[in-house]
Amino acid sequence: MSDIVYKKIDWVIAGIWLLLVVFGWMNIYASSVSEDGFTFSLKEKYIMDLIWVATAMMLGFLILFIIPSSLYPPVALPFYALMVLALVAVAFVGVEVNGSKSWFALGPFRLQPAEFSKIATALLLAQVMSKYGFSFARFRDALQVALILALPMLAILLEKETGSALVYLGYLLVCYREGMTGWILVIGLLAIVFFIVTLVFSPFVAVLVLLGMTGVAYSFQVRKPLQGLLITALGITLLAFLPRLLQLEALSFLNRFDPAEWLALLAGTAALVLALVFWFHRQKKRRNLMLGVLLGLLMIFSVEMVFTKVLKDHQRARIEVLLGIKEDPMGVGYNVHQSLVAIGSGGLSGKGFLGGTQTRFNFVPEQSTDFIFCTIGEEWGLIGTLAVLGAYLALILRLISSAEKKKDHFARIYGWCVACCLLMHVVINICMTIGLMPVIGIPLPLLSYGGSSLWAFTILLFIYLRLDLDQKKYE
Amino acid sequence: MDAYKNRRGILVIAIVIIFGVIAFRLFQVQILDKDYRVTAENNALKYETLYPARGRILDRNGDVLVDNKMTYDIMVTPYDVRPFDTLAFCRIFDLDTAFVHDKFREYRRYRRRIGYQSLAFCRQVTSEQYNMFIEKSYQFPGFSGVRRSSRAYPHAGGGNLYGYISEVDPAYLREHPEYRSGDYVGKTGMEESYETLLRGEKGYVIYLRDARGRIKQHYENGEYDKEAVAGTDVTTTIDGTLQAYGEQLMKNKVGSLVAIEPATGEILTMVSSPGIDVSLLADINKHYKDIVSDPYKPMFNRAVQSPQPPGSVFKLVNGLIGLQEGVLTPDTRYGCNRGYVVGNLRVGCHGHPSPIDLYQSIMMSCNAYYCYVFRSILDNPKYGSVREGFEKWKEYTASFGFGHRLDTDIPGEKAGTMPSAERYDRIHGKDRWRSLSIISLSIGQGEIGCTPLHLANLAATIANRGWYYTPHLQKDMPDCPIDERFKERHYTLVDTTHFADIVKGMELAINYTGGGATATVARIPGIIACGKTGTAQNPHGDDHSVFITFAPKDNPQIAVVAYVENGGFGATWAAPIASLLVEKYLKGEISPERKALEQRVLEGSLLHKVKVKR
Repeated sequence: MSDIVYKKIDWVIAGIWLLLVVFGWMNIYASSVSEDGFTFSLKEKYIMDLIWVATAMMLGFLILFIIPSSLYPPVALPFYALMVLALVAVAFVGVEVNGSKSWFALGPFRLQPAEFSKIATALLLAQVMSKYGFSFARFRDALQVALILALPMLAILLEKETGSALVYLGYLLVCYREGMTGWILVIGLLAIVFFIVTLVFSPFVAVLVLLGMTGVAYSFQVRKPLQGLLITALGITLLAFLPRLLQLEALSFLNRFDPAEWLALLAGTAALVLALVFWFHRQKKRRNLMLGVLLGLLMIFSVEMVFTKVLKDHQRARIEVLLGIKEDPMGVGYNVHQSLVAIGSGGLSGKGFLGGTQTRFNFVPEQSTDFIFCTIGEEWGLIGTLAVLGAYLALILRLISSAEKKKDHFARIYGWCVACCLLMHVVINICMTIGLMPVIGIPLPLLSYGGSSLWAFTILLFIYLRLDLDQKKYE
Repeated sequence: MDAYKNRRGILVIAIVIIFGVIAFRLFQVQILDKDYRVTAENNALKYETLYPARGRILDRNGDVLVDNKMTYDIMVTPYDVRPFDTLAFCRIFDLDTAFVHDKFREYRRYRRRIGYQSLAFCRQVTSEQYNMFIEKSYQFPGFSGVRRSSRAYPHAGGGNLYGYISEVDPAYLREHPEYRSGDYVGKTGMEESYETLLRGEKGYVIYLRDARGRIKQHYENGEYDKEAVAGTDVTTTIDGTLQAYGEQLMKNKVGSLVAIEPATGEILTMVSSPGIDVSLLADINKHYKDIVSDPYKPMFNRAVQSPQPPGSVFKLVNGLIGLQEGVLTPDTRYGCNRGYVVGNLRVGCHGHPSPIDLYQSIMMSCNAYYCYVFRSILDNPKYGSVREGFEKWKEYTASFGFGHRLDTDIPGEKAGTMPSAERYDRIHGKDRWRSLSIISLSIGQGEIGCTPLHLANLAATIANRGWYYTPHLQKDMPDCPIDERFKERHYTLVDTTHFADIVKGMELAINYTGGGATATVARIPGIIACGKTGTAQNPHGDDHSVFITFAPKDNPQIAVVAYVENGGFGATWAAPIASLLVEKYLKGEISPERKALEQRVLEGSLLHKVKVKR
């Protein structure tokens, strides 16, 4: 271990890691300390967190200096298998906390395998996708990747930890970087758009949006953008007035159904006929476009079903509050409302360390775990929240640029995985606290209270640091 | 070398945009938006919940069955409490000082979790206590009172029917996120069925607190406050007077009494005896232990939750099936010499003239007659095997509602049981059973279980000559309509033309004066009622006494079942009880010649006959 090794460590990544961990502890202290002040007792969250921080540092040291990076590719598969088994096992023998069974209890310590399976998934993805000749164009390879992602997600859904399962979708970005077709991401985005439009407005409006998009795409396809756009705009406007016209006529047989349903059905049928006409078109491009229309229709008409049948009551309620369909600041909307008040009350520079009143005394539930961002917002203000946001952005971009420099594909893909995993956590968590997404309970990396999460992200990052170090040795 | 290198740029741009959106939103929340910009001095909002008055439950004539009375919950905000005169406090609310100390020890332990929140300290104090408290409230900082409505019951009886309300428990809260700790929710009975109508909508007043947690003022002059919306009154199909009379009749007997208006399926009376005493309902938590440990199980709504063998009442169903299948006509005569005997098997019967036709078989409740009928249904050569005949028979019984839930609006309704061919396969071996093996079904014994509600529905179906509406408790009102499923007529698989013959038999059972009729005790002066007795054997002691009836014969107004456990013959207890209820409903009073009968029923007790586990 020479001085040269120390110099080659990526100190930017390690530095941001340390900053976030220390800042996280300060905020956990602020949100959980009682009026009696600092008390040295294992019952206090901030003392427990110190233990987790200390052990995480030891883990980091171990990974960075002792465990050789050549170990990871061969152990990736067994480690992954073990984690999936643990995920399934915990759904049956785990301890139940807040309605989801996702913890193994070891005395006063609790471990959440869902946090660690992210590492295993990242390692296995990197191993599989870095194999010579891997290509998403090959069905076998694509299926392999799909399975690697789907298994832990399904197991986690079994534990009713929907949030943690969502994080795995972040790895799709890595897949995209490595050659997966971008259409999967586009379709995913469109699904979200249609879901929201259908719920907030009506299926009819969603079908109009779909028709509009199709019109735009088609007019570019036939290279007559101006003409096509004009016709599309005209058609959509006319259709949009259809509800008015129908209401005037008030046909009696229509009354049996919701007018919105009728309209959606009408517009849907029209689109379907259109789609079928184009289906028999010889050009493949057109066919793809119409395949898209069919898929869109399927999405729109399944929204109601998904919303009422697949989602649980509390999930439905959270989405309704988010989309403004229902207002309920005392019920389901309580968390978000209180969270926004806490963050908003911080203003530009915040109320100062330990000065927050909203986040202490439990106005915001879960304020040291999932809602830790509220404490930051209230006590450190916009300056604090932007600093944290900046730190995460710097960490993610640094990881990406560092990964891109790697000649070794394993290290590159793993680096991307770490970046995307962080990205998903940060975006989902912060968006939840500021009311941009429904309440999905996942921790803010390195800041939230919780040993499993802290350990997992430390391991995730430090494995990359070691990979990075070993790559530089050979330069 | 790397074909997808350019995708890095796309992803990085996307990531930066997403972070940009978040940063903008933070700027909006923390700097621009006034709604969230509360200044440092008065930064905490305090929501005080306004609880709505719960909807009342009315009877079919608009009489109030379940009313509200004002009580108060004393709330405490532990954070604001300063040392106070515990003794004076306890004297107001009639509390033990130890209780107060325990509570505060608990608050101290969970002080961090509680924070600024206020909690219920003691519930449902009377308005006198509350007034005393208000006078001295300056002595007790941190305590306040909240108006809550609790329940009051102007009429005695109906405990199981109404159900009760109680505070939500954590398990319920997890399932129903729209409730918050401290809310009341309907448990069992109509309180549960019509919870969404009755509960109303909570409101709140928002106050501002300063940094020390003191309440300063109304937030934005109450602009964001929300008024509580009172719950909707629910009108039931119950006739309050009749219900009370039914409860009296069933006093000190174990069983049920159910009355339905045949033309609508509306339940007029539903008694489960012994029931919960309504005087305990409003404050049920205090008495919960006693009620649950009562050996007669008052919480158990026997009318819909206790499937029992129907006994001879079921002969009506078998008769109807026989008529429809063409294996029986009103003139079919069978002989009976004190029973039905084949080889070693013997189904006993009482002494009566022989041979008899269908009308007489109903009037005298002959067992042997229905053994013949049942066998001719199952052994009908039209069906290839007994199994097929049995399945057909079961299809018929299902069309009367037996063996499945009727899907009423009464919580906890049981399906009862009808035996399956597979069950007999298990007992006798695959297809090793014959119609004789299951002959007890002919007289409503054996593997049949139906709830009293099923039997009441049977009475209504026969009264209507072949159809029924699903029985229900909510009355159809213009502003509060009932579910569509209660407006749909259900026809049985038996043609409506066959019912007249069965009705004639039932008429004779009550009104035939030539001797041999089983239910003459149910005769009501001036009214032609139809009925059928049942005496259900059971392994728990004396036979259960069963009676179904409807009246008047033409254009029936009421159909009743009485099921009296361990009451002996159908004519002993069930027939008098059911017929008295009918008379009360149709005439408003009991005729003088039946006063003695009424007296006997009101004073009779059968509790000693019912075996209970103590």
